[in-house]
Amino acid sequence: MNIAKLKRRKRLSILLLAFIAITVSGFLILSASRDSLIYFYSPTELLEIKNIDNKIIRIGGLVRKESLISINKSKIEFIVEDGKNHLSVQYTGILPDLFREGQGVICEGKLNKNKIFIADRILAKHDENYMPPEVADALKKTGNWQGKE
Amino acid sequence: MSNIFNFLANPSRFRIFAKSAYPYLLMIMIIFIIMGLWYGLFNSPPDYQQGETVRIMYVHVPAAWMALMVYSSMTIMSLFSLVWRHPLADTLSKSSAPIGAVFTLIALVTGSIWGKPTWGTWWVWDARLTSVFILFLIYMGHIALVRAFEDEFKGARAAAILTLFGAFNLPIIKFSVDWWNTLHQPASVIKLDGPSIHVDMMIPLILMAVGFLFFYFAFLLINVQTELNQRKLKKLFIKNLNLN
Repeated sequence: MNIAKLKRRKRLSILLLAFIAITVSGFLILSASRDSLIYFYSPTELLEIKNIDNKIIRIGGLVRKESLISINKSKIEFIVEDGKNHLSVQYTGILPDLFREGQGVICEGKLNKNKIFIADRILAKHDENYMPPEVADALKKTGNWQGKE
Repeated sequence: MSNIFNFLANPSRFRIFAKSAYPYLLMIMIIFIIMGLWYGLFNSPPDYQQGETVRIMYVHVPAAWMALMVYSSMTIMSLFSLVWRHPLADTLSKSSAPIGAVFTLIALVTGSIWGKPTWGTWWVWDARLTSVFILFLIYMGHIALVRAFEDEFKGARAAAILTLFGAFNLPIIKFSVDWWNTLHQPASVIKLDGPSIHVDMMIPLILMAVGFLFFYFAFLLINVQTELNQRKLKKLFIKNLNLN
């Protein structure tokens, strides 16, 4: 009986040690590979990164209101902002349905010499708010709207 | 409470319990899923941004919750198996893995179908989607590993260790949307400052989640019965061989 208890305690302590070791190594691996785990950079984060000329990167933020203009039939330009900094984006192609001014967006492409982001791909980001259209309208009317337009 | 556990710890008693309990669990599951589907498809509003696409959520989100929930219970069972050598823990874990894998697959597929119209892509390798895909691979690894040994105790041991290792993926999945920039949106229901989802959408979501939970319970008991029956058959077979 006592031996069984000792054995059990030994197995438990081995597992605890393994748990600590794996937690620490997991934490180190995750913090070391932070750059590759981030799916996109905000315009502010982009300022801190060097050597991005001609590298494919992704940027994300909100499409600034009333910034969307069409340059020609299929080419558009708009501004992505994160509250502090902003960046002009040019894109040729089909836009996702949820792409709107004031909405979250992720652009994949390259930054050119004039600091304009040339996007090859655009993804719309959805936020965590779910509500019926009538509720959204009512909130906007009463001035209790917290989200984006 | 501990009396109930001790009582059910005996495999043959658990078998009798499973046999009598699973029809009720199946019934509860069917009632909740029918209510949830009816509410979700006909009685809940469209979303102000996504429109009707939002209804995919009533399958996607409960499936994703269950993918995590099944794995969490497998983690606890593996701990019981490794430290306390509990005879039922391995059986429960082995019977849970295929159910968890199916929930994960449902979450991945429905998420992909939702992503195409909403985000504009079927799939991206962001932290949330990748970590859930890894969860699916761990489930598949568990299913294979537990059956890879001639000696089924060795298989169970290896699978339990794999489960504990893989448990580190759970907090990564849950918090990936907060720790890193991801395409996937952050949590709407389980978060500190209360849910950011309208109550008419919350009701079908909860109904479906309860239905999926009972799906797990019912099919776990069915799988465990099969497992215990197979074990009994094997014993009989060996006995017969020895007699001849």
